[in-house]
Amino acid sequence: MPKDHGIGASPKRREDVRFLTGRGKYTDDIALQRQTHAVFARSQVANGRIVNIDTTKAEAMPGVLAVFTGADFADVGGNPAGWLINSRDGEPMKEPKRPVLAHGKVRHVGDAYAAVIAETAEQARDAVEAIEAEIEELPAVTDMKAAVAGGALVHDEIGTNVCFDWGWIEDNRAATDAAIKAAPHVFTLELVNNRLVPNAMEPRASIGDYDPGTGDYTLYTTSQNPHLTRLLISAFVLGIPENKLRVIAPDVGGGFGSKIYHYGEEALVLAAAKKLGRPVRWTASRSESFLTDAHGRDHVTKIELACEEDGTFVAFRTETYANVGAYLSNFSTATPTFLHGTLMAGNYKVPNVYVNVKAVFTNTAPVDAYRGAGRPEATFSIERIIDMAARKLGIDPVEIRRRNFVQPDQFPFTSAAGLQYDTGNYDALMDKLGDLADLSGFEARRAASAAKGKLRGLGVNSYIEACGIAPSNLVGVLGSRVGLYDAATVRVNATGNISVMVGAHSHGQGHETAFPQVVADMLGIDESSIEIVHGDSSKIPFGMGTYGSRSLAVCGSAVVRATDKIIAKARKIAAHMLEASDADIEFKDGKFSVAGTDRSVGFGEVALKAYIPHNFPIEDIEPGLEETAFYDPANFTYPAGAYACEVEVDPETGVVSVERFTAVDDFGNVINPMIVAGQVHGGLAQGIGQALFEGCTYDENGQILSASYMDYTMPRADDVPFYTVDHSCQTPCTHNPLGVKGCGEAGAIGSPPTIVNAVVDALQRGGMSHVTHIDMPLTPARVWAAMQG
Amino acid sequence: MYAFEIERPSTLAEAVSALSAEGAQALGGGQTLIPTLKQRLAAPEVLVSLSGISEMKGVCPDDDGRLCIGGATTHAAVARDAAAAYPALAALASHIGDPAVRNRGTIGGSLANNDPAACYPAAALASNATIVTQNRAIDADDYFQGLFTTALEEGEIITEVKFAIPEAANYQKFLQPASRFALVGVFVAKYADGVRVAVTGASEDGVFRWSEAEAALSSDFSAGALDGLSVPAEGMIGDLHGTPEYRAHLVKVMTKRAVAAAG
Ligand SMILES: Cc1cc2nc3c(=O)[nH]c(=O)nc-3n(C[C@H](O)[C@H](O)[C@H](O)COP(=O)(O)OP(=O)(O)OC[C@H]3O[C@@H](n4cnc5c(N)ncnc54)[C@H](O)[C@@H]3O)c2cc1C
Repeated sequence: MPKDHGIGASPKRREDVRFLTGRGKYTDDIALQRQTHAVFARSQVANGRIVNIDTTKAEAMPGVLAVFTGADFADVGGNPAGWLINSRDGEPMKEPKRPVLAHGKVRHVGDAYAAVIAETAEQARDAVEAIEAEIEELPAVTDMKAAVAGGALVHDEIGTNVCFDWGWIEDNRAATDAAIKAAPHVFTLELVNNRLVPNAMEPRASIGDYDPGTGDYTLYTTSQNPHLTRLLISAFVLGIPENKLRVIAPDVGGGFGSKIYHYGEEALVLAAAKKLGRPVRWTASRSESFLTDAHGRDHVTKIELACEEDGTFVAFRTETYANVGAYLSNFSTATPTFLHGTLMAGNYKVPNVYVNVKAVFTNTAPVDAYRGAGRPEATFSIERIIDMAARKLGIDPVEIRRRNFVQPDQFPFTSAAGLQYDTGNYDALMDKLGDLADLSGFEARRAASAAKGKLRGLGVNSYIEACGIAPSNLVGVLGSRVGLYDAATVRVNATGNISVMVGAHSHGQGHETAFPQVVADMLGIDESSIEIVHGDSSKIPFGMGTYGSRSLAVCGSAVVRATDKIIAKARKIAAHMLEASDADIEFKDGKFSVAGTDRSVGFGEVALKAYIPHNFPIEDIEPGLEETAFYDPANFTYPAGAYACEVEVDPETGVVSVERFTAVDDFGNVINPMIVAGQVHGGLAQGIGQALFEGCTYDENGQILSASYMDYTMPRADDVPFYTVDHSCQTPCTHNPLGVKGCGEAGAIGSPPTIVNAVVDALQRGGMSHVTHIDMPLTPARVWAAMQG
Repeated sequence: MYAFEIERPSTLAEAVSALSAEGAQALGGGQTLIPTLKQRLAAPEVLVSLSGISEMKGVCPDDDGRLCIGGATTHAAVARDAAAAYPALAALASHIGDPAVRNRGTIGGSLANNDPAACYPAAALASNATIVTQNRAIDADDYFQGLFTTALEEGEIITEVKFAIPEAANYQKFLQPASRFALVGVFVAKYADGVRVAVTGASEDGVFRWSEAEAALSSDFSAGALDGLSVPAEGMIGDLHGTPEYRAHLVKVMTKRAVAAAG
């Protein structure tokens, strides 16, 4: 019998009632008295020197209240990079300033160099057109290798387009080189991990408000982590004291990473609100989203895999060019390094791994973490080259992976890329996959496809990722400038219902449903009396926000710790009420009882006592029942999975259709299986999107060619099959109290190589042995061209 | 958007007169024009909406057996009301855009716009439709004059489109993955006096007739009749979604499929 409440049950998502009935409240839904509207002037050229910006005419336009340019922010701080990476030679990375508004130079199409505040958005837009900007166009650089080679500079003052040239692990380099030299087989593949536009359904939006009476600022914004935004604005960008800045991220319509970061528009609306003494609002158009949201991926990688005759992996070596775009976004230096290079051993006991990453500035939108963030890039490289090796060595692709899996008795296992995997069972995942995907039935299905004139292929994949980011001590050593704990406050109200203030922000993850399941289980009370509060820096203690599949593993652990404290205090109160000693009190099913007696008090009675402390041990315990915990994880968590997919390729047109997709994941313990399945479904759709459809393209002048849905292909419902997903193979995380690992990104990490493996397999089986790789997205045109040879 | 006035005439005569004003432009379903205005890429002073003119709407046969469709008839209405008389045309209409687009967008707007990737131009050219305006009747062969260019003059409104109904016909649309307009669309129509093949989406010159295919199919209406033929890649559109070679290849594949489906 499936459980009907608590951990392991699948109550429907309570937040969906408001979302599905149009009652969600997003930033753009908020209307403040006397509000004004900001519209940005954005560069049409990818690289240009700002010669002069004349705002006189714009300022005289009807309804215009103020015009800002980069000069207005020349003296304030810049938006910092959250992670310091050192190059192989020990040099710190290059950190050019990222201003609120471009000053001196514009560096990508869409770079904002001025903003107009007016009574209406249309008036502001009209005035933007009246700004006379003289911008001298300079040659642009968009290709990473060209950017490294020299030529146009994105940031003149640093004299290079290379942000850093990082080696991981530098001490392993010589051994890896030697192993590759000595190996009987070395396979090489050049891959592009295509640039993606995040495309959250809700575009970014921000409202700045300033109260001249108190000096308090409020920022309503589309953020995955309001506290981090507050910290960045306070400590680095505008210097507003943290206690004078409240950041509210109300309902947020999807982020996928793009709303982790602080953007200049947020600073602009705050500064403008202060200047005008009126609220200033801005909502991005879809075009602005395409041009200015932090993009994802964009790696060019050469990977080598050295093997023994029997397919035993000896070494992986990669050289990657990672595009950071025109400016460093907050985590753009961590994503291609510590979220990518450290995963480059995959699920395998390969002894040698060496990773080189060159982060490169180009005249394109900034690139940062996007669902999966570094792990999809690592998985794609590893799993594509393994597939190639299996084919060339004549070993079944499932078998070659099994021969190299870290074995269950080897955990905790320190990989050659330096991470310590706490637990896992990769063969169990593969076994389950074999059953659920009916791998043995593939031949029959292939024959059926062939009879229809279609080429059918099978792709498999196994992935590991690192979630639950991350132990602050460890990331501190690795260059992080922030800690990566999270926080929660559990407030038991006098009448027994509970508010849980959490640092994680929910924007599609279902926290409002899943977190109460945890607390309800611990307290033995009904989850409907528990409510999650998030997204408001003045309501919750602190938080590092939601990304990296960390909410449950890190913030959920903080919730557990805070609830533990609640139970401990309530136990003392109960002991007093029952005139027994603490040690004799048992807590079960919402009741405190004296061991071996029938004397008990309910949790609700204890809560009431805490707030009406008559006959209360006031000398020993404070009244009230509210506890806060900060939780800093001891390690990353390591979800892993085995995926299989079958595709059909139309040999006449190159159209690929995904016929079957099976995802078997080990997320450790599962709190709400329905939400977990939903997260996997969404991740798979995004991964299929990357593999088959999505690709952000700039031309050599830095003009973005895929700047709208007319040219940027999103996956649609009819592009994806009915998935088979399973998360019954559970090796619970060994170091967090819930034994959970995180499930938000897995689908997007494991699916792209699965799809590409399947398409290559289809073409190979169709007799096109020359096709060893096709770069994503595998559009019909690309597949057709590959087939032509 | 820039500010504009809007007129909502209820007769063709009123519309024609409203359109004679300086800076006036016809508004059909707005599915092309409104996005253009939102991008501030056009700045008409007056929009003259054609959607309230009942004499410009509807689907019905005329005395010569042609199917006449009012210029302000929506794609959804064509999909529904032409299904019996001209199923291939109705099927084409039913695959334009999404339900919102089909319930607003009109045949007149589509033909006036003559987007190189639009569907209706292929049907009109393959059926040698007559494009009727308040002033004259124009043969499809004379009407399409290249990308976004037609024989229409300033202020001229498409009031009606007349289609000769073929013995057999089919439209094959290969989707541009992002927009789901036609990357290549081929409309094949078989008449007693010969076969016409019109191709949209592919050429830098807009919709065109593939005359070699027409000749081959007129003597042998079978997919096999196309075996030896090919379309040169030169002059085909090359973009993110397909090279000229790919489009040229697809023209043949889609033509074969259309012939096979037309039966
Ligand atoms: C999401 C989306 C998907 C689409 N997919 C497709 C597709 O797959 N295939 C396809 O073919 N099209 C597609 N379209 C375009 C759609 O069919 C439009 O409706 C059509 O191109 C324009 O028709 P309209 O009535 O909306 O014209 P409008 O947008 O109102 O006008 C377009 C132009 O025609 C002029 N005009 C309008 N009516 C007349 C008339 N009766 N006489 C003279 N001039 C007139 C206007 O002045 C304007 O210049 C799509 C559109 C959208 C938004």
